[in-house]
Amino acid sequence: MLAKLFGGTHRKNRVYDFHGGVHPPENKQQSNGTAIQPGPLPARLILPLNMHIGAPAKPLVAPGDKVLKGQMIAEPVGAVSAAIHAPTSGTVSAIGPRPIQHPSGMDAICIVIDSDGEDRWVDHQGIADYTELSPGELVDTIRQAGIAGMGGAGFPTSIKVNLGDHQRVEQLIINAVECEPYITADDRLMRERAADIVAGIHILQYLLNPRRTLIGIEDNKPEAISAIKRACKGCDIEVRVVPTKYPSGGEKQLIQLLTGKEVASGQLPAQVGVVCQNVGTAFAIQRAVCHGEPLLSRITTLTGDAVAQPGNYETLLGTPVADLLQHGGVHSQQLGRLVMGGPMMGFTLHNPAVPVVKTTNCIIAASPQELPEPPPEQPCIRCGSCAEACPANLLPQQLYWHAKNDDLDKALHHNLMDCIECGACAYVCPSHIPLVQYYRYAKGEVRQRAADQVKADKARQRFEARQARIEQEQAEKEARRQARLEANRKKKEAGAAAPTGPSAEQAAALKQASLEASKAYKAAVKAAKTAEAQGDDNAADLKAEAERLKAVADKAKAAVRDAKADAPAVAAPADDAVASLKKQVGDASSAYKAAVKAAKDAEASGADDAGDLRARAEALKATADRLKAELRDAKANAPTTPAAPQTDPVAELKKQVGDASSAYKSAVKAAKEAEAQGADNAAELRAEADRLKAVADQLKADLRDAKANAPAPAKAAPAGKAPPADSPKVPESDAPQSVAGVDPEQAAKRQKRLKALKTAYNMAHKQYKDAHAALERAERHEELSADEFNAMQQKVDKLKGKADVARDALDALVEEAKADIRAHTGKDLKTLKLEAARAESALADKQQELAQRRDSAAEETLEALEAELKALETEAHIARKALKQAVEEQGLVEE
Amino acid sequence: MTAVLIAIAALLGLAAVFGAVLGFASEKFKVEGDPIVDQIDDLLPQTQCGQCGHPGCRPYAEAIAEGEEHNRCPPGGQDTVDALTDLLGRDAMTVDDDGAEDADVTKVAYIREDECIGCTKCIQACPVDAIVGAAKLMHTVIVDECTGCDLCVEPCPVDCIDMLEVKPTLQTWGWNRPAGIGQRPDSRIEVVNL
Amino acid sequence: MSLISSTSPHTTGKTDTGAFMRQVLYATLPGLAVLTWQFGWGSVINVLWAVLVALLSEAAILKARGRPLGFYLKDYSAVVTAVLLGLALPPTAPWWLTLIGVSFAIIVAKQLYGGLGMNPFNPAMVGYVLLLISFPAAMTRWIAPGQTPEPAQSWQLFLGQAGVDGFSGATPLDTFRTWAGNASELSGHAILHGQFAGLGWEWVNLAFLLGGLYLLARRIITWQIPAAFLLGVAVPALIASLVDPVRFAGPLFHLFSGGTMLGAFFIATDPVTAATSRLGRFIYALLIGVLIWVIRSFGGYPDAVAFSVLLLNLCAPFIDYYTQPRTYGHRKANRGVGS
Ligand code: SF4
Ligand code: SF4
Ligand code: SF4
Ligand code: SF4
Repeated sequence: MLAKLFGGTHRKNRVYDFHGGVHPPENKQQSNGTAIQPGPLPARLILPLNMHIGAPAKPLVAPGDKVLKGQMIAEPVGAVSAAIHAPTSGTVSAIGPRPIQHPSGMDAICIVIDSDGEDRWVDHQGIADYTELSPGELVDTIRQAGIAGMGGAGFPTSIKVNLGDHQRVEQLIINAVECEPYITADDRLMRERAADIVAGIHILQYLLNPRRTLIGIEDNKPEAISAIKRACKGCDIEVRVVPTKYPSGGEKQLIQLLTGKEVASGQLPAQVGVVCQNVGTAFAIQRAVCHGEPLLSRITTLTGDAVAQPGNYETLLGTPVADLLQHGGVHSQQLGRLVMGGPMMGFTLHNPAVPVVKTTNCIIAASPQELPEPPPEQPCIRCGSCAEACPANLLPQQLYWHAKNDDLDKALHHNLMDCIECGACAYVCPSHIPLVQYYRYAKGEVRQRAADQVKADKARQRFEARQARIEQEQAEKEARRQARLEANRKKKEAGAAAPTGPSAEQAAALKQASLEASKAYKAAVKAAKTAEAQGDDNAADLKAEAERLKAVADKAKAAVRDAKADAPAVAAPADDAVASLKKQVGDASSAYKAAVKAAKDAEASGADDAGDLRARAEALKATADRLKAELRDAKANAPTTPAAPQTDPVAELKKQVGDASSAYKSAVKAAKEAEAQGADNAAELRAEADRLKAVADQLKADLRDAKANAPAPAKAAPAGKAPPADSPKVPESDAPQSVAGVDPEQAAKRQKRLKALKTAYNMAHKQYKDAHAALERAERHEELSADEFNAMQQKVDKLKGKADVARDALDALVEEAKADIRAHTGKDLKTLKLEAARAESALADKQQELAQRRDSAAEETLEALEAELKALETEAHIARKALKQAVEEQGLVEE
Repeated sequence: MTAVLIAIAALLGLAAVFGAVLGFASEKFKVEGDPIVDQIDDLLPQTQCGQCGHPGCRPYAEAIAEGEEHNRCPPGGQDTVDALTDLLGRDAMTVDDDGAEDADVTKVAYIREDECIGCTKCIQACPVDAIVGAAKLMHTVIVDECTGCDLCVEPCPVDCIDMLEVKPTLQTWGWNRPAGIGQRPDSRIEVVNL
Repeated sequence: MSLISSTSPHTTGKTDTGAFMRQVLYATLPGLAVLTWQFGWGSVINVLWAVLVALLSEAAILKARGRPLGFYLKDYSAVVTAVLLGLALPPTAPWWLTLIGVSFAIIVAKQLYGGLGMNPFNPAMVGYVLLLISFPAAMTRWIAPGQTPEPAQSWQLFLGQAGVDGFSGATPLDTFRTWAGNASELSGHAILHGQFAGLGWEWVNLAFLLGGLYLLARRIITWQIPAAFLLGVAVPALIASLVDPVRFAGPLFHLFSGGTMLGAFFIATDPVTAATSRLGRFIYALLIGVLIWVIRSFGGYPDAVAFSVLLLNLCAPFIDYYTQPRTYGHRKANRGVGS
C-alpha cells in the first residue's frame, strides 16, 4: 500500500515488459506509404451471420428484398452477438451457406446482396451531443450499429463497454500497437483520422469512466504517434510508446506492458479493472454515434508481393477477397499463399470468394518466395528457444511433446489452455516444428474430450433411467401377475367344490316348478301392491315375500335353461349343424349369463343356495365353451365366411421366403456338418448355402417391396390364415401358474445373458457379413494379391467362427430356456405359440362374423355373438399372456 | 569384507526407510476413490452398444471388475483399453475389435422417415431412449442423444435406419495433428476462381 | 492454381537445427587449436576420425531403420557428438578406441533410443564412459605438459604403432589426486602451477571458455547452464580450499583443469539431455558442477564430467517436473503433481 503511494508518481509513465516475444521482419513499408483508398464496390456482397464471436445474427430480410445502405439486415440474438447492416444498396439475392472466414474452409450461412451500384443510404443521423444520452442508451446505439472488436477476435463491443454497477474501470487501454508484420491498417487510420479516433475514445471514456486512458503504440510508427499525440493534446489521454516486439499487441500482453497487471487465466481483462479496445473500434464508435453510420466498412491492408498496388483500402464488409485483390491488382501467377490476417496469427484462405468481415485487418497475397512452403518438421532438440520466446511463459517444448503423444492431461498440466497461439514459439523453432498446429490440435482434442464426457454422462444417465424404467415395468407386471394367479387359484378352489349339472330327466319337473314359482311371485307382487295401496301393515312383509318368490322363480327359470343347455341334441334341428350349433351356443351363453345373474342375486339376498347357483353357472360356462369350440370346428370344416384369396401375393411370398430360409438353414447345417467331418464337398455345400441365402435375401427384399406396395392385403393377411383345424384348447390359467414356478432371479439372469449374447451374435454376424461381402467384391474385381486375399479370407473365417460361436451359445441358451418352459408349463414353446395363434384367429373370425351380421341378424343372435366374442377375447388374451409370460421369463424375445 | 557388509547394511537401511516413507505416504494420501465399478464405468464410452457381450457399459464394467478381460469394447478403442490397463494395473492388451470399421468415426442413426412404418422396434432396441415415435407413426432419432451404437439398425423390418457419419461443423471442427517429423506440415489447395 | 494452406505462423525465423549445430562446431575450434598446440596433432586426427565414424554409423543405422539419410544427416547432430567425444579423448588414443566409443555413442546411445531428440543420455558422454570403464589405461594416458609429440609421432600413436611411454604423463588433476608423497611438496609441484592454473590445461580451458562465450553471444546456449555449472564447481572448491588448502585445490585450479570448460559450455549444454526449463537448467548444471568437484576430490576417477553429466541426465525429467515456470495469468507455477 505504502509502496503504491510512494511509487505512484515515478511508476506513472512506466512501460513494463512481458516475457519472451520475437522480432519478425516488419514488412510494413510496402503498404504504409500510401493513403487509405476506397475499396471496390463489388457486384455481390457476402455477409456471414457470424462476423463476430458469439451467436450468429438473425436475418431480418428475405431473398428478393430491396435493401438500402445502412439498413439493418440481421439483428443480434442474445447478449453476445452483433447486428449486420447492408453495406450498400441492392437486392438480397440469397441467404445460404457460403465459404466464410474460417481456417477450416467450411461454409456458413451468409446474406448475399447484389448491389445496384447506387449506394443509396437509408435515413440516418448522428447524435449531436451524446452526453445527453444515458450510458445505457449509448451502449444500445453501439449494439444497434453492429460494432465488434476490429482488432482480430471480433468480440461484440457493446458487451465490453457495458459494465455492471459494481465494476470500476481503472484503465481504458486503446490498442494501437499493431505488432503483426505487414499490417498497417491502424497505422494509416491513426495518421489520417486521429481526431475521429480521439472523439471515439472520448465516447468510450464517457461510457466507462476510467481512471486513466492509455493508448499503446509501437515505436515503429512515429507518424501515427505524433498524429495521435497532436489530437490528444489537452485531454486526459496518455500516449504510451511501447518497444516493437511481437506480440505486444496481444490484449493480455499490452495490459501487462502498460499496467504491469496480469489477467488471470480464464478471466477477462475487466476483472482486473481494464478494458481494452482497438483504435479501429474507437473510430467505428465515433462514426456510429456522431454520424449514425453503422459498421459498414473497415480499413483492410492489402499487401504481399503478388499485389501490384499494396496499400490500405476502406473495404465494404462482405467484399469477396477476390474483388479486393482484383481492385489492388494481383499477379495471380505469383500468388503462393493467401492469408487473411497477419503472417503470425492469420489463416490461409481456401477460397478467394471468402468475404472481408469486421475482423479482417489484412489480406496478404504472398509470393512463394515471400512466405515459402514450411520446411519439413525436424525432431525437437529441446533447445528452449521456444520457451524463451513464449509470451505466456509456457514451456512450448513440453506442450509439444505431450500434444504429439496425445497426453492431454500432461499438456493441460503444462497450461496448454493458456497458450494464446501467437506463434512466437513456432517462429523461433530451429526444427521448424508447426508447434501452434500441435497446440490447436491438442486444444481441439481437449474440447472434444470434454464434449464426449458430457455426452457419455448423458448417455449413462439415460441408459440407467431406461434400465430403471424397464425394471419397474417388470416389477409391476410381476405384481399384477401374482394378483391374478391368486384370484385364479381361489376361483379354482370354488369350482372344484361345484356339483355336476342336473340330469335331463329333471327338466320337465324343473319347468313346472319354474312356472309355479313365477306365478307365485306374480301373485305375491300383486298382493303386496294392493296391500300397499290400502296402507296395510303387512305390505312390507308381503313385499319381502314377493322378493323371495322372485328369487325362487328366477332360480327355477335358470334351472330350466340349464337343463335345456345340457340336452341340446333333443332340442336342436339336425339339418344345419352349424346353425344349430350356433343357436345352442347362443342359448348356452345366455343361460350362463342368467345363471350368473341368479347366483349374484342370490348372493345379494343371502340365499343359502347361492353357492349352488354359482356352481351351476360355472358348469354352464363350461358347456358354452365346449359348444363354442364345436362351432368353431364345424366352421373350419365348412367355412362360411369368405376367406381372403389364397393367391394373396404377400402370403405367397411369405411362404416362399419361409421355404427359402429353411432351405438355406438346412444347407448351412449340412455344410457345417460336412466341414466338421472334413468332407471334400464342404466348400460346395457352403457355396450352395450362400446361393440359397442370396435367394432368401432376394425373396425377403421382394416381400418387403410387396408389403410396401400393397399395405392393405398385408393387413388382411391374418384373415387369410387358415383357421385352426382342431379345437383350441384354452390354456386357461394353468400356463401362467406353472411358469411362475421358475426361479425369477435365474430367469432374469438368463434374460440378460440372452440379450447380450444376441447383440454379440448380431454384431459378429454383421461383421462377418460385411467382411464376406468385401471379400466377394474383391474377388470379383480381382483387386487383391493372393496374400491379401488369403489374409482377408482368414479374417472372414475368423469372423465367421466368432459369429458361429456366438450363435451356438445363443442357441444353447435358447434351448435351455425352452426346456425350462416345457418343464414348467408342461407344454413346449411351440404349443404355447400355437395356442395363442389359434385363439387369436378364432377371435378374428368372430369379430368378422359379428361385423357382417350386425345389421341383418336378430337382436338375440347378436347378443349371443357378442357374448361369444367376449369369451373368445378372454381366451385369446389368456393364451397370449401365457405365451408372453413364458417367453419373457425365459428371456426369449420373439424373433 | 566389512566394507561390503557395511554397504549391504546401508542399502538395506535405505530400502527400509524408503519403504516406510512410501508406505506411510500411500496411507496418508490415499485417494478415497469411487468403487471400482464406477471408475471403470467412467472410462467406458457409454455407447451402450453391447458389442462387449454385455447389455450395456455398466454391466460390462461389473464384469471387468469381476475379472473379465478389459479389451472388449470396440467403441472405446485402444485408448479406453489403455486407460483401463492403467486403472486396473493389469497387463496391457490390444483392443479386440476384429478390424471393425474405424472406431474414430462417430456415427449417429438416421431414420429415413417416409419409409418408417412405425413398428416401434427401434425404440425398444435403443439403449438410451434416443428414438421418439408412436406406433404406426413415423419415428425419428434425437441426434444429440444417439450414441451411435448401431442397435436399432438390425431390428428395423424395413431397413430404413442408416448410420451416418457425423460431419464436423464450424463448432466441432479442429486442426489435424501435424504429419510429424520429416513431413511438411502444409497442404496444397486448388483455387479456381481467381 | 494451387495455394499453400498451413497453420500460422506463416513465416518463420531463419534458424535451423543444422545451423545451430554448426555454430557449436565453430565454437570448438579454439579449444581444438590449443589442444593441438599443447598436445600435438592427436586431437585433430581423433576428431576427424570420429566424425567419419559417426557419419558412417549414423548413415548405416538410419538405413537400417528405413529413414531418409539426407534429412537426418543434415542436422549435424552426429558430427557434434563425434567432435565432442574426439575432444574429450586423450590425444594418444589409437583408432580403435575412437571407433568403439563413437560408434557406441551413435548407434546405442542415440539411435537405438529413437534418434535425435529422443535420447535421454548425452551420447558423447555415454561413449566416453564406456571407454573409460573398458579401457581405463588407454583413457588416462594423457600427454605430459611440454612433451608435445611431432605430427608423425601423433599419427603413429593413432595407428597404435608407437608406444606412448615417451610422452605420457599425469595430468594436473591426476597428479593432484594420486599424490602419495608429502602434501606440502605437492602444493609446490610444477604441474599445478601454470600461469594461473594447472600447467597446459589452463590454456585449453581458456580456449573452450572463449568458444563458449561465442555460443552465448550467438544465443545458441543460455547462460543458466554454464554459469551454474561453473558455480557448482567453484563454490565448493573455494570453501574447501579455505578450510584445508593442502588437501583441496582452489577454485581456479578446478575451473581450468580437465574438462571443466568443455563440460560447462559444450557438454552439459546439450539441450536434448539437459533439463529444459530455465530454473531446471540452473539446478541441473549446478548439481553437475558440485558432483564434479565431489568426484574429483573424493572419488576414484581423476575427472568426472562424464559421470556427473550422465547422472544428472537421469534426473533431468524429474527436475523439469518440479521447475515448470509460472505461466502468465497463474498465481503459482504448476510444480510437481496434479494441477
Ligand atoms: S524451439 Fe523447437 S526445437 Fe527448440 S525446444 Fe522449442 S520446439 Fe524444440
Ligand atoms: S503459441 Fe503458445 S506456446 Fe507458442 S509462444 Fe505463443 S503462447 Fe507460447
Ligand atoms: S462395447 Fe458398447 S456396451 Fe460394451 S462397454 Fe463398450 S460401448 Fe459400452
Ligand atoms: S424399426 Fe424401422 S420401421 Fe420400425 S419404427 Fe423404427 S424406424 Fe420405423
